[in-house]
Amino acid sequence: MTKLDSKIPKGPLADKWSNYKSSLRLVNPANKKKLDVIVVGSGLAGASAASSLGELGYNVKVFCFQDSPRRAHSVAAQGGINAAKNYKNDGDSVYRLFHDMIKGGDFRAREANVYRAAEVSNLVIDHFTAMGVPFARDYGGGLDTRSFGGVQVSRTFYAKGQTGQQCLLGTYSSLSRQVAKGTVTMYSRRDMLDVVIVEGKARGIIVRNLLTGEIEKYSAHAVVLATGGYGTVFYLSTLALGSNSSAAWAAHKKGALFANPSFIQIHPTSIPVLNDYQSKLTLMSESLRNDGRVWVPAQKDEKRHPNEIPEEERDYYLERRYPAFGNLVPRDVASRAAKERCDAGYGVGDTGLSVYLDFKDAINKHGKKVIEDKYGNLFEMYEKITGINPYNEPMRIYPAGHYTMGGLWVDYNLMTTIPGLFAIGESNFSDHGANRLGASSLMQCSGDGYFILPYTLSDYLADEIKTPRFSTDSEEFQQSEKQVEERIQKIMAVNGTQTVTSFHKRLGKILWDHCGMVRNAEGLKKGIEKLDALEEEFWKEVKVPGSADEFNQELEKALRVADFFEVGRLMCYDALDRDESCGAHFRDEYQTGQGEAKRNDAEYAHVSAWGYQGHKQEPQLHKEPLVFENVELKERSYK
Amino acid sequence: MNLKLKIWRQKNAAQKGKFETYSLQEVSPEMSFLQMLDYLNDQLIAKGDEPVHFDHDCREGICGSCGLYINGRPHGPLRNTTTCELHMREFKEGSTIVIEPWRSKSFPVIKDLVVDRTAFDKIIQAGGFVNTNTGVAQDANTTPINKIVSDRAFDAAVCVGCGACVAACKNSSAMLFVAAKVSQMAMLPQGKVEAADRVEKMVHEMDEQGFGFCSNTYGCEFDCPKGISVEFIAQMNREFFSARVCKQNHS
Repeated sequence: MTKLDSKIPKGPLADKWSNYKSSLRLVNPANKKKLDVIVVGSGLAGASAASSLGELGYNVKVFCFQDSPRRAHSVAAQGGINAAKNYKNDGDSVYRLFHDMIKGGDFRAREANVYRAAEVSNLVIDHFTAMGVPFARDYGGGLDTRSFGGVQVSRTFYAKGQTGQQCLLGTYSSLSRQVAKGTVTMYSRRDMLDVVIVEGKARGIIVRNLLTGEIEKYSAHAVVLATGGYGTVFYLSTLALGSNSSAAWAAHKKGALFANPSFIQIHPTSIPVLNDYQSKLTLMSESLRNDGRVWVPAQKDEKRHPNEIPEEERDYYLERRYPAFGNLVPRDVASRAAKERCDAGYGVGDTGLSVYLDFKDAINKHGKKVIEDKYGNLFEMYEKITGINPYNEPMRIYPAGHYTMGGLWVDYNLMTTIPGLFAIGESNFSDHGANRLGASSLMQCSGDGYFILPYTLSDYLADEIKTPRFSTDSEEFQQSEKQVEERIQKIMAVNGTQTVTSFHKRLGKILWDHCGMVRNAEGLKKGIEKLDALEEEFWKEVKVPGSADEFNQELEKALRVADFFEVGRLMCYDALDRDESCGAHFRDEYQTGQGEAKRNDAEYAHVSAWGYQGHKQEPQLHKEPLVFENVELKERSYK
Repeated sequence: MNLKLKIWRQKNAAQKGKFETYSLQEVSPEMSFLQMLDYLNDQLIAKGDEPVHFDHDCREGICGSCGLYINGRPHGPLRNTTTCELHMREFKEGSTIVIEPWRSKSFPVIKDLVVDRTAFDKIIQAGGFVNTNTGVAQDANTTPINKIVSDRAFDAAVCVGCGACVAACKNSSAMLFVAAKVSQMAMLPQGKVEAADRVEKMVHEMDEQGFGFCSNTYGCEFDCPKGISVEFIAQMNREFFSARVCKQNHS
């Protein structure tokens, strides 16, 4: 086991980042122009990093698989973005935000990283406002906030239910500005398929041009991955259909450790599965739990229309179980509570796999107009999908795969275990522990990209000023290119009878059943066996029509699904190794008398970082101990 | 339900396209429009044919990737709805559905129903931003903004950049797209500083990209999946003329 050096600076928690920042080396403006940086992904993390690096004068190349950087899935974040502004005078502070995140993550995140994320959160809100992001305001003209799960202050800034869209478009604007200035070159409709390592450092990437099928090589002095999470591993998830793990996985295969892969957030409020052809699940923002009350009928097999069930025959189970936080418990807790009720036979809808989210009381109290102002677009979205008007009857919701706390292991500089390869935003593992609190992902992505990476990357590049631009003709680039081409040929050559999607669905079902909201050792072992068998079948039976040297959407999917088998396996290994329950990782062997997650701090207060040992080889575990000097480890209680 | 689909098939930008007709059985009214196309594609792949290519990603109406011209209307029959949010319960048993890509010189077809919308990115690059660098911002509450103004800026800012406005317009005008960004920025104090310069640059780029002039038929507003109002076009025109007048006064 290698000793992982997280490079956390010494000194008091509150001073770490500011002191460290002042000690980081800089690159002078004349040299910046000579340095190339590749950024993969154009979401909030990638675009904010790219635009900031462009402003500094680096020569940046940005890659995304969509037709435009404006479409990255950050665009779909709904509810809001946290900051410790304390504009509400309700006792918020950087420390409080830090503490909420550490506790919300069930004490499985690094103190120093989380504190820094909280610290830069205020700068992020200032910057977005300066860029013309139209956050919601109150009548005095100041910024409005609302509450989110797992906290008792109101610190979530929002733009109706489209906060992610507004933040991303702001960032897209600043990226576009740099494109116009020539500091950033945009390469859209490209899938990154490999990272190229030269003399131990990340020096470039191999991409497939999705329109022509051409394999292209790009070199740089450093590579930044901002490629998001791997929640689409479940097939049905709240993610965009194109979201995938292939870039991060390619990095993992080349030596980057992958941390806490089994920490996956199952979001409690998604529109439930409605039919067999469902291709995705649509989220209903957590912010709805500010005003919506979650309930199931008190009687099993209740057949009455929800509006006909009287108050006393309803079980507001979150309010019952968690009186202190009620409907605003964190996501992992809310999801498991919904599953518990449905498994016990109280679920509603045709499948019995959903619960009600009811706005009746809020509408009676505040009037329809107020509710419409806050959540109008979400209510419309719900009605379009289900055909049911949620102003008149409760929404039906159920948990769905959403966000991956796990990701590439990074040190305090956001650098992976491959020198020169950085990972930011959801693609890294660093800030959310075993469970992410709502509205902190936009916060982390933009914090990483705007206010952290530009400093730490400059420090890395200070050593590279004498390295000339290098050609992509080197042995290493050619080797990588060859491997990528061979894999594509292999997948095209299978020429079986089953569609890529049919495999993805089955893969997702295996993981949902065996490595979903509740896990156990036996189920996880079975999951790995099933994944192995399905993967074997995939490589014998998958059908990819058309050819590889043209625009071929089935081939894009096939390459992504091929990686998901391996990602899924690693998730199961990680979940199996962690003999405790924490946050979203709930092993039914380890629970308290009341059915809450039972941690084992003596043995598992560490980050599990896995090394790739070859296809189907058992991965190698490296542990980074988590040291808590500023918070007391307690049972996470929301009661 | 059983449907007849007439779908535009085009191998690539260089080759000519044509409509192909497909019969599709047992479509569930609960399917979304794109799920219906997935279902068709499954059958095409099984038969050894090439699936229909179309752009899509979030499938919840916010990324702006999808955009199909359905029965003569961008995003189909429902107002304020993107293609991915449209469901098959809106169609009748036995009906014929005609599906085409956006038709505009500025959005060339790439393959089947996929078009190239980089012209929109170019317009934003011409000026759709506030010239501010990371790190210079003051506290977000230093400048109060009237709630009505801020809400109105938001109404313009919800544009998803799908291109339906262009597809709806007989002149292939991008006025609604450009106006939404120009107006959002011009209304907010942060963007006001450069409003005159911005509107001139963006309108110039819009012309460069080959988009036509406003047809004054309001088709763009009618078919905009985010319900963006043509009033913003009026606002943009005001911004544009006042920019010109100010410039003349200066010279």
